[in-house]
Amino acid sequence: MADGADKTPLSFQDMILTLHAYWAARGCAILQPYDMRVGAGTFHPSTTLRSLGPEPWNVAYVQPSRRPTDGRYGENPNRLQHYYQYQVIMKPSPADLQEQYLGSLAAIGIDPLLHDIRFVEDDWESPTLGAWGLGWEVWCDGMEVTQFTYFQQMGGFDCKPVAGELTYGLERLAMYIQNVDNVYDLRFSDAVGDVAAVSYGDVFLENEKQFSKWNFEVADTDTLFASFKAAEAECQRAIEANVPLAAYDQAIEASHLFNLLQARGVISVQERANYMARVRDLAKGSCKAWIDSQSERWTAKFPGWTL
Amino acid sequence: MTDFLLELRSEEIPARMQAGARAELEKLFRAQLSAAGLEAGELTIWSTPRRLALIAKGLPEATAAVSEELKGPRSSAPPQALEGFLRKTGLRQDQLEDRDGVYFAVIDKPGRATAEVLAEAIPAIVRAFAWPKSMRWGKESASSESLRWVRPLSGIVAIFGEELVPCEIGGIASGFATRGHRFHCPGEITIGSASDYAEKLRTCHVIVDHEERQAIVRDGAAKAAADAGLTLVEDEGLVIENAGLTEWPVPLLGRFDEAFLEVPPEVIQLTARVNQKYFVVQSSNGKLANGFVCTANIDAKDGGAKIVAGNRKVLAARLSDARFFWEQDQKKTLAQHAEKLANITFHEKLGTVADKVERVAKLAEWLASEGIVPNCDPALARQGGELAKADLVTEMVGEFPELQGLMGGYYARAEGLPDAVADAIRDHYKPVGQGDDVPTAPVTVAVALADKLDTLFEFYAINEKPTGSKDPFALRRAALGVLQILTTNGLRLPLLDPMTVVSRRLVTGNSKQILVFEDGFRTALGDRNTEGFAAYSSLLLQGQGFALLDFFADRLKVQQREAGVRHDLIDAVFALGGEDDLVRLLARVKALQAFMATEDGTNLLAGYKRAANILKQAGEVSGTAAATPPTDADAALLAALDAAEPAASAAVAEERFTDAMAALASLRAPIDAFFDGVMVNDPDEAVRAWRLGLLSRLTGAVHGVADFSKIEG
Repeated sequence: MADGADKTPLSFQDMILTLHAYWAARGCAILQPYDMRVGAGTFHPSTTLRSLGPEPWNVAYVQPSRRPTDGRYGENPNRLQHYYQYQVIMKPSPADLQEQYLGSLAAIGIDPLLHDIRFVEDDWESPTLGAWGLGWEVWCDGMEVTQFTYFQQMGGFDCKPVAGELTYGLERLAMYIQNVDNVYDLRFSDAVGDVAAVSYGDVFLENEKQFSKWNFEVADTDTLFASFKAAEAECQRAIEANVPLAAYDQAIEASHLFNLLQARGVISVQERANYMARVRDLAKGSCKAWIDSQSERWTAKFPGWTL
Repeated sequence: MTDFLLELRSEEIPARMQAGARAELEKLFRAQLSAAGLEAGELTIWSTPRRLALIAKGLPEATAAVSEELKGPRSSAPPQALEGFLRKTGLRQDQLEDRDGVYFAVIDKPGRATAEVLAEAIPAIVRAFAWPKSMRWGKESASSESLRWVRPLSGIVAIFGEELVPCEIGGIASGFATRGHRFHCPGEITIGSASDYAEKLRTCHVIVDHEERQAIVRDGAAKAAADAGLTLVEDEGLVIENAGLTEWPVPLLGRFDEAFLEVPPEVIQLTARVNQKYFVVQSSNGKLANGFVCTANIDAKDGGAKIVAGNRKVLAARLSDARFFWEQDQKKTLAQHAEKLANITFHEKLGTVADKVERVAKLAEWLASEGIVPNCDPALARQGGELAKADLVTEMVGEFPELQGLMGGYYARAEGLPDAVADAIRDHYKPVGQGDDVPTAPVTVAVALADKLDTLFEFYAINEKPTGSKDPFALRRAALGVLQILTTNGLRLPLLDPMTVVSRRLVTGNSKQILVFEDGFRTALGDRNTEGFAAYSSLLLQGQGFALLDFFADRLKVQQREAGVRHDLIDAVFALGGEDDLVRLLARVKALQAFMATEDGTNLLAGYKRAANILKQAGEVSGTAAATPPTDADAALLAALDAAEPAASAAVAEERFTDAMAALASLRAPIDAFFDGVMVNDPDEAVRAWRLGLLSRLTGAVHGVADFSKIEG
């Protein structure tokens, strides 16, 4: 535990394993990351699409998240273009979600009588998902470690019932628990026998250097623009073919391509809003198609439920 | 008489909403009680992040019995009318009273137990509660009708005397149990009554009184700084916010690396304040010191060492970012940054920020070269204008928009630009409201004035004017800023002149009629007190220039109200028309106001109003006026006018407004004598006509100074 003098703080991977065990014990299915490039754990269809409709849904997973514009070529101790989010979705939001969440902090070694844990207003909005919710950023000694949100709308549709979403910034939490100032100094795994410990830098430093360069300097913008158009068209085709999950994949793809175009600095201020609206239309269209494909089953299973 | 306690517990309420929530709770509670016939009396309302509490002292046990009397139809009315009345009152005919042929229903309403009123009031209050933003949650939110609250509502305590007030809202039933501090005292605690509520919470590490918490933050932060030999930079907004984020506030002092002090102090303060809600501290020399005060929500087991260490680390990361921006921005000159302004739209109809910058630079240069802003080097004014907006595209201002201007000033100085230019860049947004500093340095004045005038002219040119409460481009603030700069510095700026310089569109774009007169516009303005100007002004009045001038007049009234200048006197001078020099206008208004405070002034006004009334009633004057003054009183007034008229107009022309008033004052005695001694409506038409002519001259002479018909009193 971080605050016990006799114990070594959890490694990065042990922190993830601890969270998995913690949320599994509270009824969450432990899923794996979605196999596409996304900007946040919220983009995982297990959050976006499954937060719609009346069916209970309790899951937890790690999601690698890519934010091309946050790349710093591995030179900034805090900023990364690729990092991990730990995502918990509980639908409907349980009455004791805050307490459950605080229990998870204790489980990874944060003593709330030694550290100042605070729920600070932060309303969440994702213009590209047509989604919003109310909640907080959770502070630990002044550092934002988690986004805590009660989803109100997704894809422009009311969440009925409301899902609670917890998004932990894993690197930040680990830097905190391990008391290191540079993300690359994190212990990713501990030494076992004569197998040496691995640092976060061992795993990701080279990735940050190469991807920062690609994101900012190399990526072919013509290809990106063309791919954006292709994803947009394919999304519409999939919606028409009534395969909303496949449509949503293309919405995710378009969203990431937009982020790459932003990093390449080829989208002007005026165009930016236009591109965001196009991505939002894809996400909304996919959500609508998802609802359309499921609503018959939902209303049969939950009589009285309406959109 | 019994006390009532209500506690509405919820997940963390945003700090900024708590004051409004207290007011809302009081308003709704009073309304509910008053509707039931109860006077709420003295209320105590408290808030913490996790609860809203209300204590009502000395409520009666029951509402008073009331007897309500309803007037019904006449007993002779058709039976349908009676039936309707019986339905409405729920009575039988034999229960009605017949008074002089009219039915009356007397309905006795017995008193109700207050506890019962409260049990109904609580759900009604919760349902009617208006939050700036509210949400649904939990199982209940499967229905659209589920309860909405700012964050999930988690408990209700409602105790009247020592009895529970039973009620239920959205699946939450009232009870005696609440919770103490989230970490110090996480279990349930039982409240007995309103009288032990605050103390029970205190033993459970919750200070429910927000004012007490504010005092702890305020005094504790000051003490933490003083203990380290430093002085807290006071910030009442932060006091309230931190008290709204904590139930058990504990201010703690931390230090950051001294090397960060190379970043401008405003940046450090803003980073600490906005991102982290920390206070900053100064050393004895008044300079920012490398310390901060954060407010924890716990009495930490280690005295707060780990909390301070954690917060220091977060602040260090923030300040590293700020220092990175500070260094990065200085790798380019402001002129290089300014190139990017061509990519930023100022307004879709008004081009880019670069376009605006070009206009502002020209106008600032013109204000200097025309001598309107005295002692101002036109080249510096131009340079200030060209660079004034460059910092908008710097990293630092991108991160902290509040630092616009300020950062430009720092960067200008760092690259070795003249101080006058750096100051102009820094201060050209000023004044941003009543009470803000008004620029006085010449180059700053030129750029600040040019920026605001350009904004006003341009938005008026595309007919984007403020309406009612809507002023999306802050034109009122810009106009007020212009007025403050002009009046503070005594600048002589005919407002319509720069319009032709900066924006020909204003003249050419709105009306073909005006277009015809464009060439004559400046000539006419150059001679604005002549007939030529009057001829143009009636046409120009249809254009935006004069609409803008009226807008300035309105702003001037608002601005001068606080200085005690009468709005009717401003109207009286504005009504003369053609005045676009606000400093001259104000000088005249002030002389007029001083004059109106004298006995001569009030009497002259009375005489003027009497004359104006007589003239109004006289209508068309018939008959030929007599050739000579009919009486001595007539002759005296004529003589006084002959002397006063040229004296007043000469004084006005030379802007000796006090002398102009004195000239008018000389008319007072002859006017009084005239009205005392003669009757204007003399039976002799020729005499009457002569006197009406004299009065007409009198009002004309007065109008040479101000339109007295606009003056109240």
